[in-house]
Amino acid sequence: MELTTVSDKPILLLARWLKYVLSLPVMGILYVLDAFIGRLERLIGQKRMPYLFVLPNMLIFSIFILLPLILNFVFAFTGGNSIVPANRPWVGLGNFERLFACSDIWDISTCREDVFFFAVRNTFLFVLVEVPSIIVLSLLVALALNRDIRLRGFFRSAFFFPVLLSPVVVALIWKWMLQTRGGLINTILGFFGIQPIAFVLDGGWMMFWAIFVSVWAQLGFYALILLAGLQGIPPVLYEAAEIDGASELQRFWNVTLPLLRPTLLVVLVLSLIRGVQMFDHVYVLTGGGPGTATLLTVQYIYRTAFEPPNNWGMAAAVSLMLAAVLAVLTIIQLILNRRQFETV
Amino acid sequence: MAHASATQRDTASYRWWGVELIAFLFRRKGGKRLTITDVITYLFLILGTVVMFFPVLWLVMSSFKPITTLYQTPPTFFPYHPVTVQVPGYPEPLPLVDVRQADGTVKRMARVGRVVGIEARVIDLNAPHEPPVRVRLENITPVQEIRFDLTNYTTALERFPFGVYLRNSIVITISATALTLLINSMAAYALSKYRFRGRNVIFLLILSTLMVPLAVIMIPVFLVISRVGLAGNLLGVIIPPAATPTGVFLLRQYMLTIPDELIEAARIDGATEWRIYWRIVMPLAAPALAVLAIFSFMWRWNDFLWPLIVLGGRSDLATLQLGLQSFQGELNVQWDLLLAMTVLSLLPVVFVFGILQKYITTGIASTGLKG
Repeated sequence: MELTTVSDKPILLLARWLKYVLSLPVMGILYVLDAFIGRLERLIGQKRMPYLFVLPNMLIFSIFILLPLILNFVFAFTGGNSIVPANRPWVGLGNFERLFACSDIWDISTCREDVFFFAVRNTFLFVLVEVPSIIVLSLLVALALNRDIRLRGFFRSAFFFPVLLSPVVVALIWKWMLQTRGGLINTILGFFGIQPIAFVLDGGWMMFWAIFVSVWAQLGFYALILLAGLQGIPPVLYEAAEIDGASELQRFWNVTLPLLRPTLLVVLVLSLIRGVQMFDHVYVLTGGGPGTATLLTVQYIYRTAFEPPNNWGMAAAVSLMLAAVLAVLTIIQLILNRRQFETV
Repeated sequence: MAHASATQRDTASYRWWGVELIAFLFRRKGGKRLTITDVITYLFLILGTVVMFFPVLWLVMSSFKPITTLYQTPPTFFPYHPVTVQVPGYPEPLPLVDVRQADGTVKRMARVGRVVGIEARVIDLNAPHEPPVRVRLENITPVQEIRFDLTNYTTALERFPFGVYLRNSIVITISATALTLLINSMAAYALSKYRFRGRNVIFLLILSTLMVPLAVIMIPVFLVISRVGLAGNLLGVIIPPAATPTGVFLLRQYMLTIPDELIEAARIDGATEWRIYWRIVMPLAAPALAVLAIFSFMWRWNDFLWPLIVLGGRSDLATLQLGLQSFQGELNVQWDLLLAMTVLSLLPVVFVFGILQKYITTGIASTGLKG
């Protein structure tokens, strides 16, 4: 093959041009800032410049992330319909008590806020099926893509492509696929002599499709992480195993799997974190329905807060509990990351 | 497709040239023979590719179908349009149909009026002025042709404020990305190249917000946003998400690799700190900035929950994603138009993916950023 320089390819020229155009607004702002900040630097002195550099980012952080984090507690422990904290009466654990007020703890329908328990149960079910599916399937895809095969780049793109689609577009694509009339899934079922199924009206089916769509949309992302993990395994180990007469399956069990374990754990925790806070895909695909069959925790929070009667306090209480779950998962992830870092 | 080593192989299994061709295409690199595992790998990957690609292809094909064939069962893959003909005496063009006659022959006629029950009325094209004849539906097949018609697209653009949504999405995506690159790189520069009091605290604070998803703080965020007057304002979608912790982290890690000597040299030459950042550190961090730019573009373009909370029900400020969601939530979903709009909102992402695929995949593999 003839050697070509990088700039010969029109696609790369286009990419460079795009990079140039995208950087134009930044450059413009920088020119304006240059004159201004140069003077400011003389004024405040070199030593204080790092504070100036972190200032814009920290300002936005504090106002829109740190402050809300604290305010969330205020909301969770106060009641009333006002969103202004000053007008909200202190209710202590009242919001939590209301959420867990059940006359029979084994029967959800006796709870005052039964929808909350439906949402929690749905989220459990969702995560319980989604996470293992993601792990098994993305591992299979990564293993297949790691083999010495033709068209590897094409296959990798094919699996990765849906990751970039917006959740709304993904949900609409599948909503169209699932139509009773003119939907592709029902057409395929028709080939096997199965009558069209009105998926939208069936809670069990919609839960299945919600999980399916979420796996479909994220598979490529996790496969890519696992693929990077697989490529980090030194080939020498495989060669040694081959010399020792290990079969392909033995090599997988005794070389690939143990060495891929840290990456697999990262995928496990990441997909757990994402699964617990799943919202957009399912919200657009099913709207939580039929009934509350696919209502997940985050949608419950959104619904409770932003739809009348705007129970901000109860929604914040649920957010706090969700945050606690996420914090535990994140700490596990941090410990895992550290261990992975130490073994490298 | 003769291959240099073809004669050395077991000729019996390669007798049929089709097998030879397939074997050539799927032979492993280096000309090794296919093993059973390879075959399974290919089957799995091909099946996976179909599952991943076909729904998108189906969406695109469906978006060209007219409402008359969109809900047809069983649906066709290609967009079929009914063929119509202008008949004297009728103001509207009439759809052509093939009608099976009593003697078994098929005659091309035109259908008149609506289909009633199991019967339709047809007229003879050679004698258009004679009264229509009643024919049973089972003897009729509509004449259709494949056409990639843009009517759905043009109607959708006329009927819905698609242009407004598009403008909002573009404004948000570009300005938020520019802002992200600027403030994230400034913070990353300070955190990677200076020693100052409170540096570690700030860095830890930023890292910990990495773990705070919008989902758990949406109520107070809404309060803060409306208090500072950014609710129902595009700035509310641009400014708050611009301070991405991921971006600061990514850029900081990259800037740590820039040698301090360069900065020292510039400082000795009398450059101000701002000039060092802008003239030396920024150009050197270009690869990391490019990765962040691509991801920021994707994040903002695809964002749903944040604009939903900040912009609320204001349809004049809605982004493409919000617009699509509100149309699909209507009681009578107009799928013909919705499909066309979905395809249009998918195009920029496909375009970006097409040209920048390498950056995106290596970016994810090396940093774990979510696309």
